[in-house]
Amino acid sequence: MNTQIVKLFGFILILYALLFGFTSYWSIFDADNLEANTANKRPLLEEERIDRGEILAHDEKTVIARSVPKGEGDAQIYVRQYPEGDLYGNPIGYSYVERGRVGTELDHNDELVGNKTEFLSILDELQGHQQEGSTLVSSLDPEAQQTALDALGGQKGSVVAMVPSTGEIRAMVNVPTYDPNDIPQDYAELNSDRNAPLFNRATQAGYQPGSTMKLVTATAALDSGEADPDTTLSGRSPVEISGVPLENSGGEQFGEIDMTTALTNSVNTWWAQMGEQLGTDTMYKYMDRFGFNEEPPLDYPDFQLAISGEYADGKVLDAGSDQIDVGRMAIGQDKLNVTPLQMAMVVSAIANDGELMEPRLWSKTIDPDGREEEMSPDRQSRVMSDDTANAITSMMQDVVNEGTGTAAALSGIDVAGKTGTAEIDIENNVNQAWFVGFAPADDPDIAVAATVERTSGFGGTVAAPIAKQVMEVILGEEGD
Amino acid sequence: MSARTRELFALIPVGLLVTAGFTAIFITQSEQLGNLSVLYGGYFLALCVAAHFVIRARLPDADPFLFPLVALLAAFGVVMLYRLDEGLARNQANWFVLGLLLFSLTIFFLRDYEALERYRYLIALTGIGLLMLPRVPGIGAQTNDAFLAIKFGAVTFQPTEIAKIAIVVFLASYLNERREVLVVGARNVAGIVLPPLKHLGPLLVVWGAAMFMLVFIRDLGSSLMFFGAFLAMIYVATARISFVLVGVLMFVIGSWFFASTIGHVQERFDIWLDPFNEAEGNGFQIAQSLFAQADGGLFGRGLGESLVQLPKCSGDFPNQCAILPAPHTDVIYAVIVNELGLFGAGAVVLIYALIAERGFKTAVLAEDGFSKLLATGLTSIFALQAFVIIGGVTRVIPLTGVTLPFISYGGSSIVANFILLALLLLISDKARRRLRREEAQA
Repeated sequence: MNTQIVKLFGFILILYALLFGFTSYWSIFDADNLEANTANKRPLLEEERIDRGEILAHDEKTVIARSVPKGEGDAQIYVRQYPEGDLYGNPIGYSYVERGRVGTELDHNDELVGNKTEFLSILDELQGHQQEGSTLVSSLDPEAQQTALDALGGQKGSVVAMVPSTGEIRAMVNVPTYDPNDIPQDYAELNSDRNAPLFNRATQAGYQPGSTMKLVTATAALDSGEADPDTTLSGRSPVEISGVPLENSGGEQFGEIDMTTALTNSVNTWWAQMGEQLGTDTMYKYMDRFGFNEEPPLDYPDFQLAISGEYADGKVLDAGSDQIDVGRMAIGQDKLNVTPLQMAMVVSAIANDGELMEPRLWSKTIDPDGREEEMSPDRQSRVMSDDTANAITSMMQDVVNEGTGTAAALSGIDVAGKTGTAEIDIENNVNQAWFVGFAPADDPDIAVAATVERTSGFGGTVAAPIAKQVMEVILGEEGD
Repeated sequence: MSARTRELFALIPVGLLVTAGFTAIFITQSEQLGNLSVLYGGYFLALCVAAHFVIRARLPDADPFLFPLVALLAAFGVVMLYRLDEGLARNQANWFVLGLLLFSLTIFFLRDYEALERYRYLIALTGIGLLMLPRVPGIGAQTNDAFLAIKFGAVTFQPTEIAKIAIVVFLASYLNERREVLVVGARNVAGIVLPPLKHLGPLLVVWGAAMFMLVFIRDLGSSLMFFGAFLAMIYVATARISFVLVGVLMFVIGSWFFASTIGHVQERFDIWLDPFNEAEGNGFQIAQSLFAQADGGLFGRGLGESLVQLPKCSGDFPNQCAILPAPHTDVIYAVIVNELGLFGAGAVVLIYALIAERGFKTAVLAEDGFSKLLATGLTSIFALQAFVIIGGVTRVIPLTGVTLPFISYGGSSIVANFILLALLLLISDKARRRLRREEAQA
């Protein structure tokens, strides 16, 4: 019988090994999955008890978000407050147990709650430290935010301002916006609002870019060697593009004109012909370099980032698609849907001598012990050569000095820019107005994209003054 | 060093563990260190030392590790319960005293445990009677659809816990007597070796009993544990793995049949296969148990840090505000993983494995068939009970309502398992005394 008893013990050991195996599976290997399970309330209840770090504006003084204790002793929890109300609503987002998190609050959650690797948190526990979050210094500038919000003045639209050399976003403002403090109570109402205040237009809205797209076409034409600023084409109107006649704005006629003139006066027929000459492949090559056709590498939740590009049936078309009308795409029509962030990236690349930096919404973290970690800028791509960037900059200066963008001119500072007016509903005179640009033109400190939706105005009359004010206030601060 | 001195020294870490555990809980719950923790530890240690002297007096040659290992489990249990609810820990401590009392009585009055063989049919009947008690109107009580307990006023008792000992005693005696005929008369039917028909009868009765438990008291866990111990004993008695395979097959067919016809059992299976499908409904307990384990990780959150109740919620213990239902009974293992991590839980599983090792060692050392089978049966049913409930909590098998021996809350479980331990020590004492004398003569 003894042999059987030993074998039986072996069998029991196998059963126990199974128990240990399953325990390690749930507690270690599958733990992340289980923690992400929506039925699991533990992580949220847990984090409610952590003093979540503050979010400061770039001046490191303005408090955008902070946690305040509620209750006492074991029942003490922390609740989020947003002292600046609706000024930072969309980019920063919110964090509430009832509604989860969005925006920067979500993307930087690990730093804000002080999540560390298991080993480090054990060391902390042994030392008796309670988990504490780091302070996050946002890249957003309070004055730029306020100026942009005021400048939009209640018109629906969006402004994105970006530092070309680092990718830091200094302003990201949408109208309508929302006050994150209202989320626990009014979420349902805000969520069903027809004006979509919870929707971050700057990163999620697909707008027609209109003539601002000509900057991409100009980059493709010059950098590929297909054309130079003196290349001439006919500016007569109409011209047949993809078998359909295309007219200039107001049916205006031009003769044989060079690229600078065509950009200064935003001549549609000239640029559409250039687009057809370049072809879809070359256009796509430069669009890809500018960051089109992929999710922008912003530190932001995936579900709040839209891809800019040519869309059909809700999908981004690739270069081989026969649905692309490359001539109309070159002038910002066709099936283009772009975000204000994307257009800010386009001018930022031109401003930074052809180098596109990855956009960032944070500048620094400060951990509970005061240790600081600075954001280190990353290059996204080399879009064009130095020379191409300079050539386009000088054409863009002409746009502001004598073309469609004069409303963006600043006294004493050279501004480079491009207007855009996409006709959304011609009969009712509804336009998507754009201005994209940067300043100072020779050594840019700030690049801006401003857009106003469903306006009867034009890029040069509606959007340019907004961009101008934002650039002015940021440059004024830089000078201080 | 004599066996008993070894046992006494092994109890010291147990006392330290209890003291350390209570200290940790005092610190997390009240942020202050009371001398109460030392008091609790000392009290617990004193009880263990008292039991040790009983063993020293009556069973000087018994296995020196079994009792300290059990005391270690009990220490774990009382600390975990104290952490969950002070009142429960106090009750459990009382049960612990009663358990030790019955443990001592068993040792004093059952010196000659072989006398049990004479009353085997009476014992068998008592066992079956105990199993049926929960269905008797008036005293039977239903928990989670299963009929496992009886109720006298305020006292509930789970007769299955005592019944398991009675049935193992009967089977050990019966199989010891019949094992030869079971083997010799075996025939080969279609490639499978079957025991002779006339001896198959009692085995069918046991299978029937297991199925009966499934249907009648509706508890898959208990029937798995009983039938598993039965198969372990028949394997050791006959050395025929084919008997075991036939038994497993019969059990699977039977439980499959009842699973598909009885809603309760079916439901348990469905929850087991997909607990997240109804994570807010029927699957709540198992899903929450897994979430608690995930929250524990490698080293756990520390004693007293597991979230078992929703914050800002007040109600009567245990289930009203529970984020982890029945933390003191069914899923106490999940609380252990949550607070002490994979390491702590691994230690608990290891203690059960070591107890099994000492139990089977006792069976190997025992001289006569009855002692061997009895030790095998008692050890198997104890080891399987731990497997069934831990396996349920970790989703190895469907979750059922048996207790985690010596750890989870429950008087009948503590008392019954102390009697089980006393029987094992009695067998061990006899076997090792013989060995010691043989060595002395040699």
